[in-house]
Amino acid sequence: MDWRRFSFIGFIIVFLFTVVVLIGGGRVSPAIIISSMLTTTIAVATPLTLGALSGIFCERAGVVNIGIEGMMLAAAFFGWLAAIYMNTIFKFSPNTSLWVGVLAAILTGGLFALLHAWLSITFKVDQIIGGTVINILAVGVTGFLNRQMFFGEGSIFGGNVPHAPGLLPSLSKWLAPLCGGPEGCLGLPGMIQGTFLDQKPVAIAAIVLVVVAHQVLFNTRWGLRTRAVGEHPKAADTVGINVYRTRYINVVIGGMLAGLAGAYFTIESVPSFEPLMTNGRGFISLAAMIFGNWTPFGAWAAALVFGASQALQINLQFFRDAIPPQWAFLQHAYIVGLAPYVLTMLILTGIIGKTTPPAADGQPYEK
Amino acid sequence: MQNADDNQLKPGWRQAAQSVLNAILVPFLAIFTAVVVGGVIIAIVGGNPLAAYLGLAQGAFGSAKAWSETFVWATPYIFAGLAVALAFKGGLFNIGAEGQLAFGAVATAWVGYALPEMLGFEIPGFLHLPLSIGAGLLAGALWAAIPGALKAYAGGHEVINTIMMNYIALNITSFLLNGPMKDKNPLNVIARTPEIAEGARLPLIIEGLRVHWGFPLALLVALGVWYLLWKTTLGFEIRTVGANPDAAKYAGIDFKRILILTMALSGLLAGMAGAVEVTGLNYRHELGFSIGYGFDAIAIALLGKTHPFGVVLASILFAGMRNGATRMQFLTQIPVDIISVIQSLILLFVAADAIIRYIYRIKAKEDRLVLTRGWRG
Repeated sequence: MDWRRFSFIGFIIVFLFTVVVLIGGGRVSPAIIISSMLTTTIAVATPLTLGALSGIFCERAGVVNIGIEGMMLAAAFFGWLAAIYMNTIFKFSPNTSLWVGVLAAILTGGLFALLHAWLSITFKVDQIIGGTVINILAVGVTGFLNRQMFFGEGSIFGGNVPHAPGLLPSLSKWLAPLCGGPEGCLGLPGMIQGTFLDQKPVAIAAIVLVVVAHQVLFNTRWGLRTRAVGEHPKAADTVGINVYRTRYINVVIGGMLAGLAGAYFTIESVPSFEPLMTNGRGFISLAAMIFGNWTPFGAWAAALVFGASQALQINLQFFRDAIPPQWAFLQHAYIVGLAPYVLTMLILTGIIGKTTPPAADGQPYEK
Repeated sequence: MQNADDNQLKPGWRQAAQSVLNAILVPFLAIFTAVVVGGVIIAIVGGNPLAAYLGLAQGAFGSAKAWSETFVWATPYIFAGLAVALAFKGGLFNIGAEGQLAFGAVATAWVGYALPEMLGFEIPGFLHLPLSIGAGLLAGALWAAIPGALKAYAGGHEVINTIMMNYIALNITSFLLNGPMKDKNPLNVIARTPEIAEGARLPLIIEGLRVHWGFPLALLVALGVWYLLWKTTLGFEIRTVGANPDAAKYAGIDFKRILILTMALSGLLAGMAGAVEVTGLNYRHELGFSIGYGFDAIAIALLGKTHPFGVVLASILFAGMRNGATRMQFLTQIPVDIISVIQSLILLFVAADAIIRYIYRIKAKEDRLVLTRGWRG
């Protein structure tokens, strides 16, 4: 990840923020806008960051995973389902239920990844086809169970769609005893406090995991082995590294990360499930991974760009009436909503230099 | 496919029959296994699998009306499945059939309802219908050519780009159908275009049934795609680029031109799915109708082993399942969504045919389907 990439990312984020400040600045003070943009950016970048990390673990070990979208969707559904079950059937407290939901989501991601590993490593199925199978399977299974359990006659919840037992609390709630009242936490200025302390657990975990992933991949024996298997499996095999086992474990780790991203949708962001709610985030994650040149920090930076473009969309809706007439096209949510997708395509054209995937990425290993 | 090539070396009907049998054995067993697993799922959620499948079969093929509806469903499936299959033959994975189909439908609908108003006179049918369908083909082809060109000249991978373009197409059509192109009828609250003119409609085959001339057209186009791929120079070049891009370059094939052309042809077929739905069935484009076709088309192309005739058979099967599902739900209260589960299982077993070979102890030579080549391909 070279400086050109990071400065390009910085430039786009500054540009997106400036647009909102220019439009909304007359109504609300720029500091508040920037702080709110930052908060939203970090929050909505969460599933993208985790998805990109998921892709990095799989692909560094040599397995292309385009099934991240499906893993996220399935995890979002089963995590949500587990939380509801724990709360309404087994009568656990909302908080416990939510954490069980997060665990269920991680587990779901891991299981779908196990299927992907089985297909692509053991059966040597074309990995992009295997990933597509996962995506279609996730849409089918979640759509079917969602209708069967919640909408059908005589279904468990009898046509009453329950909400998840609330949402995970933000960090500032946990730190409340330390903060001593409304005047501020740890003496931090309000802006920083809003931006970072109002984040929720999965968002914070995502940032921590970026650092952890970097350490694991580049500073541990396991990371070295993973990269060896992804670059030159034959050589790795010769020196006694078990290629299949290494790939299996990394793909499952990747699936669990995608599962955590799924928990963001139904347990941290909104307390309900909708079919197809992941809306392409899994694929955008892959673009972030590629733009970040298969490194955790690079992928995170790219995820923040997409987060910023979504924050732009959300904030522009808020300032709709303040948009000057010559910028009228920005009033249409559908048009502003194009930003992350167009940005993804632009970034993949390699305008900021070429990226290099791991050498054995996508190739099944035959002994 | 591998099998077909082998047989050209040793002619004779016996081998030919053997090869056809080999080609359909695994897909057939994949369908069978998926149906069994689907039955287990139905039983687990408290349904009767036999009753459910009986309802499904009745709804799909039980009467003239059922057949008609199955063919109605199959028509866009054939076009979209051919789109994905053609791209596969050229070594490209087109996940963007959905967006191409949506744009084809929007363009066709626009020519169908707005062009006469703009010109100020009725366009005669023999001109209006081909114009409408042509607009759909062109829109689909252009929309698909963009990711093709991005791949050829900028190295952007078509898998991500076609998916992104699905979302872009969805946003743009949402904007159009909620705004400039919305049916202005005061009673209308849905995001849809006005109805297209009478002259721009495909006629029905039999009065009283909904099956229209789009279905025979789809069969004809499947034949055309087969002819293109195996009997023309362009088809040979597409298949060569798909089978071995390096060899194609050394053989002097204009790699980039073929790549963009393959995507454009693929988008043209997907656009045709949209155009035929508008002119033959709905007589307008409605938001949300195109959702899901992209993934169904991939499943159909894979189940049909990327062969045009296989695509036709797979389309009729998938169409029958979709069509029969309503009757199944009516009779047994099993949600229609079980079909999506069964279809994804079919796809799973077709893609991982090693599982099927293992379960049924098939010794026959394995022809592994290599369709894509990671991020570099």
